[in-house]
Amino acid sequence: MSSIDPIILFFLFGMLAGVARSELRLPSQIYDFITVLLLLAIGLKGGVELSKQPFSTLLPQIVTVAGMGILLTLLAFPVLLSLGRFKRADAASIAAHYGSVSVGTFAVVLAYMSSKQIAYEEHMALFVVILEIPAILVGIVLARGMSRKNQWDKVAREVLLGKGVVLMVGGLLIGWITGPAGVVSIKPLFFDLFKGILALFLLEMGLITASQLGSLKKHGLFLAVFGIAMPVLSAAGGTLIGWIMGLSIGGTTILATLAASASYIAVPAAMRISVPEANQTLSLSASLGITFPFNILLGIPLYHWFAEQVHRFLGG
Amino acid sequence: MNFYPLKLVTIVTEAALESSLVADIDRLGAHGYTITDARGKGGRGIRNASWSTSANIRVEIVCDGEVSKAIALHLKEHYYDNYAMVLYINDVDVLRPDKF
Repeated sequence: MSSIDPIILFFLFGMLAGVARSELRLPSQIYDFITVLLLLAIGLKGGVELSKQPFSTLLPQIVTVAGMGILLTLLAFPVLLSLGRFKRADAASIAAHYGSVSVGTFAVVLAYMSSKQIAYEEHMALFVVILEIPAILVGIVLARGMSRKNQWDKVAREVLLGKGVVLMVGGLLIGWITGPAGVVSIKPLFFDLFKGILALFLLEMGLITASQLGSLKKHGLFLAVFGIAMPVLSAAGGTLIGWIMGLSIGGTTILATLAASASYIAVPAAMRISVPEANQTLSLSASLGITFPFNILLGIPLYHWFAEQVHRFLGG
Repeated sequence: MNFYPLKLVTIVTEAALESSLVADIDRLGAHGYTITDARGKGGRGIRNASWSTSANIRVEIVCDGEVSKAIALHLKEHYYDNYAMVLYINDVDVLRPDKF
């Protein structure tokens, strides 16, 4: 039993409490605060690493990762449209959720790496920011076409000034400017407490996941299957891309996890404004009710195994 | 002391709409508004504000009859189909009509 990470147990605890309809709930202000801490901590960590290498060497990787986000959205859309028989707007919205990323899942894979003491490229946080955005834009175009009615200024505002992107970019910049020596003074709050904060975050995520399970029952088997098959296939693609990019086993695992994860904060907010006729319950019950728990409980160890196999058979 | 009759428009809707709603209200001629966080249950299920996508807001606007009608019409046309939204209008009395 000792191999189970306590943060995973916090998640299961939250889910159980939610399923049992306990009164337990983190005050929403606290949840907001925890999210702010996590986003800044992730940004800072990545920023410190960025300060160690010239930005230009990362440019090809950034372009590749953005391409991956677009590709995943484009692949998910026809599957949802034809196999899932969803309306165009719903299919586009769900596809955008799966093309984008979940910062919560990213935080869990970082914790997994540190508890298994696996080395990885620390600038992966940059890829989280990069992956948030293209899927949203592709999703809107898939739902609406390239019409002028899209109010791109509103969309850009929602996408670029959303809490997640702003805080992570802020953290990246602060970490990048101050460098490793500079962040020492704020290390106790952001880095030493990281896992404790993550545990609280996952407790609340467990409660939220449990609240999605009810609506999942209504929306049936296809979403449940999609919510597991899509991340596994995306992770397989992410593993290959990570290997082609020359990432280490740790880095490949993280990229695969990013590919597998589905957004539940940035994309829902943007889709609500830009594609209002899409049913938000469908995409959220899949991404939160199925994919998030699958990824953190079973997915991450599986993607780690993927990465090991690819590096063993293809070399590198 | 003289009271002047005006309208109070109350809108309960999704928090995600706040910025676009506020822009609309300004444009339609209201001179101010008050926004509070709200929780409750309605046609779109329990909106318990436990996290951002299920959060609601209540927007209150005191304005004259013309503006209240313009707001009601605009919201009905642009938001009713796709968003959780309730709007109702009361008669209210105020002391300083020039303020609204």
